[in-house]
Amino acid sequence: MSSQQDDLKETDTEARFEFKKEEKSAFQTEKGLTEETVRVISEDKDEPEWMLERRLRALEQFQEMPMPTDWPGQPDLSEVDVDEIIPYIRPDVDVRAGVDDWTELPDEIKDTFDKLGIPEAEKNALSGVGAQYESEVVYQNMQERWEEKGVIFCNMDEAVQEHEEIVREHFMTKCVPPSDNKFAALHGAIWSGGSFVYVPENTTVDMPVQAYFRMNSEGMGQFEHTLIIAEEGSEVHYIEGCSAPKYSAFNLHSGGVEVFVGEDAHVQYSTVQNWSKNTYNLNTKRAIAEKGGRMEWISGSMGSKATMLYPSTILKGRGASDNHITIAFAGEGQDIDTGAKVYHNAPDTKSTVESKSIAKDGGRTNYRGLVHIADGAENSSTAVECDALMFDNESTSDTMPYMEINESKVDVAHEATVGKIGDEDIFYLQSRGLDDDDAKQMIVSGFIEPITEELPIEYAVELNRLVELEMEGSLG
Amino acid sequence: MATLEINDLHARVAEEGGERILRGVDLTVESGDIHALMGPNGSGKSTLAKVIAGHPAYEVTDGEVLLHLDEEDVADLDDDLDDEDYHWKLLELEPNERAALGIFLGFQYPAEIEGVTMTNFLRQALNAKADEREELFEDEEGEEADADEDDDGYETSPMEGPADDGEIGVAEFQQILSEKMELLDMDEKFMQRYLNAGFSGGEKKQNEVLQAAMLEPAIAVLDEIDSGLDIDRLQDVSEGINALRDEQGTGVLQITHYQRILDYVEPDHVHVMLDGQVVKSGGAELAEKLEDKGYDWVREDAFETA
Repeated sequence: MSSQQDDLKETDTEARFEFKKEEKSAFQTEKGLTEETVRVISEDKDEPEWMLERRLRALEQFQEMPMPTDWPGQPDLSEVDVDEIIPYIRPDVDVRAGVDDWTELPDEIKDTFDKLGIPEAEKNALSGVGAQYESEVVYQNMQERWEEKGVIFCNMDEAVQEHEEIVREHFMTKCVPPSDNKFAALHGAIWSGGSFVYVPENTTVDMPVQAYFRMNSEGMGQFEHTLIIAEEGSEVHYIEGCSAPKYSAFNLHSGGVEVFVGEDAHVQYSTVQNWSKNTYNLNTKRAIAEKGGRMEWISGSMGSKATMLYPSTILKGRGASDNHITIAFAGEGQDIDTGAKVYHNAPDTKSTVESKSIAKDGGRTNYRGLVHIADGAENSSTAVECDALMFDNESTSDTMPYMEINESKVDVAHEATVGKIGDEDIFYLQSRGLDDDDAKQMIVSGFIEPITEELPIEYAVELNRLVELEMEGSLG
Repeated sequence: MATLEINDLHARVAEEGGERILRGVDLTVESGDIHALMGPNGSGKSTLAKVIAGHPAYEVTDGEVLLHLDEEDVADLDDDLDDEDYHWKLLELEPNERAALGIFLGFQYPAEIEGVTMTNFLRQALNAKADEREELFEDEEGEEADADEDDDGYETSPMEGPADDGEIGVAEFQQILSEKMELLDMDEKFMQRYLNAGFSGGEKKQNEVLQAAMLEPAIAVLDEIDSGLDIDRLQDVSEGINALRDEQGTGVLQITHYQRILDYVEPDHVHVMLDGQVVKSGGAELAEKLEDKGYDWVREDAFETA
């Protein structure tokens, strides 16, 4: 334990005061992205050689790939200039030692998470909590009873050190290789922090595991990596929350999520993201489901200037299934381009996609989806449903569902609705005493209810609050 | 004692060249009375109901709608309101303000709101009404509304748990609700369903009466509450309407095509509407005569007197 933390523990007021006045970050890289930067990050993390090599290879791929610009109707990324971001900021916490006592966190960070609604009390309802501040996980805790069963929940950097073999096998190899897209490559080069979850065979973690990511500094990028491995017959629910305050410069969030769903295993990945309105949120999230495995993606995308995010699932084994529930909210100046991708690569696979979007004050939402059914994936079925809700005539919403069906014995359904919030609905609620705003809010929270009901109550409340604040236009 | 007073009300569809529908309606409904408003399709009955409640699809071109309340009607407010009568020009108020003052509209085709449970909705409606009432009467008394206090938005969300000051508590709410639902012979399972979503026609109508029972309006305008009801449901709904009057002293303006419901809910007054005007008023016997003879004779009478 560092002497600074000793000071904290002794509750020496003066020491605390001085501590808070110190530099917020212990170390940060220069702006921009060079081989040198990548080496510096890897060195600062004391990584094994193979990880550095992967980073450098990813960097090469990033430099070779062009920016995506030609997708129909895609968000404008011309402002995204990697030379202008700070890829790595290590806050002043002794992350190497691992902080697993909330009270040991610096006040500033603790306050931030308290304000975000990640108070210590929540630990009681969760199997484990991790909190990332800037580029590093500053707090991590897992209930002992899960640890005893061999469940691992730690930050990704620690996993590289402590569980090297598993990470080496799975990290950006089969699920999300850096070659997948330009931002996956960027992520591969400068990733930092994130979560590692490993659930052994036939183990059910019956309370959610939670991670929270906070980007606090101006002009930074956050590139956390989440790797979830659920062995055969296991079950886990992982929840991620993300946010960043608003600064004048743009921020870039380019996370990577890889999920391995073993035979007959069940993984639920839920996220509520609320980025500041100048964040570019460009992520790659993918799951591979083995025979009989079940993957569920539940996501609420709030905030950001532009989001491009299409969580995808590869249904690799017979009878694997996938369920997507997504919600997007776009206000003034926002372009939320999100959807789902499902690859049916085996027979008897099932998928459902339920996508809801809300646009107001000229915001734009787009559902971009892909369902691929491979030749031979007989008796597979998919159902896609997209509902868009608009507040006014200035807002726009598009639906771009691609279906690639190469097998005839399948069941495919697609349904899309686009509607303006109904005047009759609003009037009905007003006639019961709700004012115009509350009536709209009630309709919207009903609209997103399929998502909130899947989330633990703390997140459901948070999502509702975020939506309400968005509706009031009071989120900056 | 509350009185709804409609004087020479003219209204048209609120769009360019919109059709004139109400052409000088005069009608007065007092609390504790049941009025039946009858008339053929297209005579303007539903429009009148919507205009009273403030529907934005209609534009009032002339006339006024007044609501008179006395101290009894405002007894729920803790404030030391003066011992006086209150007069409100409803046409100047938002629909939710009218609701807060005690106007209730029972819809012929209630909206279906997915994802909002009945419990959640009713609690929020009750709390909204209480808040709005306080504000309206504070303003009336010329006191500055406390901006900080009013702007607590999501703090009052039912998901936030315990009620804030002045809000109805969960236990109290549940108790009142159970009583009212029992009266209407409604299953408790109703409360976890989404507002009107997938409700049968009869269930929707029962739900409208349940809401009136919960919100305790001074005046309830029920737009064809009897349409689409089988005989059992009709009896339940009728019992509910009678209870509104007997237990809450609500004044009811019941819009209907048929005599049938009037067998169960006996009106004190019956009015006939034709071509956007109330052309004839009488007692319960008028409804029976309409049932026998239709509207043509009323039309002839009206033309003669015109």
